[in-house]
Amino acid sequence: MAEAHAEAAHQHHAPTKFIWKYIFSLDHKVIGKQYYFLALFSVVVGMILSWLMRIHLGWEKAAIPGLSALSPNGAPGGVMTPEYYLSLMTLHGTIMVFFVLTTAPQSGFGNFFLPIQIGAEDMAFPRLNMLSFWTTFVGLLVLLATFFVADGPPLSGWTSYPPLSAVGSASGPGEGLGQTLWVISIAIFCVGSLLGAINFIATTLDLRTKGMKLMRLPLTCWAWFVTAVLGLLSFAVLFGACALLLLDRVGGTSFFIPGGLIVSDKIMPHSGGSPLLYQHLFWFFGHPEVYIAILPGMGVTSHIISCFARKPIFGYRAMAYSLMAIGFLSFTVWGHHMFLSGMSPYSAFSFSLFTMAIGVPSAIKTFNWLGTLWGGKIRFTSAMLFSIGFVSLFVTGGLSGIFLAQPQLDPMLHATYFVVAHFHMVMGVAAIFGMFAGTYFWFPKMFGRMMNETWGKVHFWTTFVGVYCIFMPMHFIGIEGAVRRYSTWTDNYLIPMIPVHRFMTVAALFTGAVQFIFLINVFWSMFKGEKATENPWEATSLEWSIPSPPPFDNFAGVHPVVYHGPYEYGVPGAEKDYVMQGSPEKIAAT
Amino acid sequence: MGLAFFVVLVLITVISVYIFGAHIWWPPHAISTIGPSVDHQFNLTLILTGVIFVCAQLGLGYFAWKYRDRKDGRKATYSHGNNKLEAAWTIAAAVVFIGLNLLGYQIWAKMYFTPVPPDALQIQVQGQQFAYYFRYPGPDGKFGPTHVDKVDDATGNFFGLDRDHDPDSKDDIVTATLGIPVNRPIQLLLRSKDVGHSFYVRELRIHQDLVPGIEIPIHFTATETGRFEIVCTQLCGLGHYKMRAFLQVMTEEDYEKWLQGQVAAQ
Repeated sequence: MAEAHAEAAHQHHAPTKFIWKYIFSLDHKVIGKQYYFLALFSVVVGMILSWLMRIHLGWEKAAIPGLSALSPNGAPGGVMTPEYYLSLMTLHGTIMVFFVLTTAPQSGFGNFFLPIQIGAEDMAFPRLNMLSFWTTFVGLLVLLATFFVADGPPLSGWTSYPPLSAVGSASGPGEGLGQTLWVISIAIFCVGSLLGAINFIATTLDLRTKGMKLMRLPLTCWAWFVTAVLGLLSFAVLFGACALLLLDRVGGTSFFIPGGLIVSDKIMPHSGGSPLLYQHLFWFFGHPEVYIAILPGMGVTSHIISCFARKPIFGYRAMAYSLMAIGFLSFTVWGHHMFLSGMSPYSAFSFSLFTMAIGVPSAIKTFNWLGTLWGGKIRFTSAMLFSIGFVSLFVTGGLSGIFLAQPQLDPMLHATYFVVAHFHMVMGVAAIFGMFAGTYFWFPKMFGRMMNETWGKVHFWTTFVGVYCIFMPMHFIGIEGAVRRYSTWTDNYLIPMIPVHRFMTVAALFTGAVQFIFLINVFWSMFKGEKATENPWEATSLEWSIPSPPPFDNFAGVHPVVYHGPYEYGVPGAEKDYVMQGSPEKIAAT
Repeated sequence: MGLAFFVVLVLITVISVYIFGAHIWWPPHAISTIGPSVDHQFNLTLILTGVIFVCAQLGLGYFAWKYRDRKDGRKATYSHGNNKLEAAWTIAAAVVFIGLNLLGYQIWAKMYFTPVPPDALQIQVQGQQFAYYFRYPGPDGKFGPTHVDKVDDATGNFFGLDRDHDPDSKDDIVTATLGIPVNRPIQLLLRSKDVGHSFYVRELRIHQDLVPGIEIPIHFTATETGRFEIVCTQLCGLGHYKMRAFLQVMTEEDYEKWLQGQVAAQ
């Protein structure tokens, strides 16, 4: 059955014309790279935005060269206005969450490697795949356009709560055309994600090669599969929220706007709507979304730690089930973003109980990564360094979640820098480390050349120390009550924290600068790196049984057969210290 | 490299634990009846997560160092896991996480499910871009109706009162400072004029969003006099960073004097 499907999926032949080979390609490997480079471009933009924000937070009167060229109104003489700070912050969050964390880990690496790791020639729906990338690309263009419209980008945050985001320019600069374009951009992104999710699910279920039972799937495939299910169910809801918000803005409706509001001295013509409805819709999407951002990184971490510890992953089934448990539970916790929102306080009991429960499979994963390292024979490649770093960052970020899961602590911590610390640790750092690890690991397969390992190690150590210097202090000032989304510090108790902000800014600029080591390594190695062999890491999964880079149809017309699980490292009695999934060599039962 | 991990993780752990333990940055002293129990739950959480943080980070660093490839030709320990261990740490994690939350539920219940004492002083709080205004019901104990079309910030009619035609509005007192007597239950009725806002006083450990279209009641009792900042924590526009007011907790005498002074200023 699987073989018949595999043939059907890849009816197209290798294209020769440039436009079909590199632009509107149907090849999952090209599309994976397109997503990866879209994310790389987006992360540079998002990072520059964060530098601008951090400079302003440390030195509010700083004149930033070039900024007045981007926005004469937003930064006259280069000095950021409070509204422009909020606009940059809105785009920082939106670009990072959607166009970096929801693209590269899933649609970047997943597109490239899911078909290969399951022994298929391509994804189930190559045309849908191509469409999903270009839809996402258009979404990014629409979002970037908000920089250049008259009133600038919206200032309502990546969460875009109404009525602030719904009543139009009366509520603030950027809330006119900029906010409308933002809503349209995100709606377009939802469509692209939904198309991708359908593809991943169908591919994983239908195109596995002979012998690739579900319980022999690499944990990367499990992670991509669960993430795709989350995407399918949650992005549809976000699309609905965007549609309703757009209608409130331009269609005269009042889904989210109650009656009797006076904004900028004008009585709003709306009535009957509920701001809380938006929050429910948004966070019903928003919580699974953050797991979409982290699960692929968890899969990559498991995959890499096992490989470079030269040991099977500790507790494969527990790892697979915990991915599924996290995925399922992620739909039950959204109210923990809303404990103080005015929703029924009774619901807090349920949301917090499930939030604590989701900590359990997360703890299992952490224990199992430690268990994999125990008794190992660790090779400290750059990929391994970033994966071990991921575990440290995930522990730190996850533990702050234990505070935030409790409604009774929310009065102290809601909307403070403690929350900012938490989500940056798990998303802004741990998930990014997953992407770095994936890059160093899979670069040889994707580009046929090795990255420079020495510079990889320099990149790791400077970044690892750097991110702790940026985000650890946020926990401290958050506990003392530093409020998030403030552009300037004018409250009596916030002014003494300015030195901490300056420290974090210096750390952020340094760590940001260091990322250019990575970028140069990537682009230089693509053309000048040492040529890669088929299996430079001595890894077991199917992508390491084909040439680097792979031929157009991955397996050169051969249907691989899988004999073993994905992490047979350190096998006693085996010829080498690993047995590949596709190798018929027998493993003595233990 | 393994040793480097161990050293770096030890440093991160020691520095972080020190900063938390020495309270270099710390919430201000609590001045409400609910405050001590919130603080106790926070400290308990901090200690538990602190222990886990230290063990996990040091364990990670130690393993990275101890199990480095010593190029001695031996293979890694071939094991697919240990079900007993999995069960043990799963149960332990569940007990700790869920138990911690269950312990704290009574605090949440005290905040939201205890009835307001009948002698509570009711004060309406209105958040708007970018200020707070407060309304006291006056001697008749009733809030007069508000009229959207009568709102006029320029003349200080922030709530839209019609004092000429609504008898209940005549003695309402509108202020820009939240003055309250110490040791008396206070019920705040929170509303918003335009977009979402929030009401947060760190020292009270009281925090509640102001949602357009709904009036949300919260109650508390302040236990110490003093002047405390009320800050907005829900992004409300360009002036979000400077939207603030002050809570003035006074003795009963001082509160009555203050209120009389506010009446004169109406």
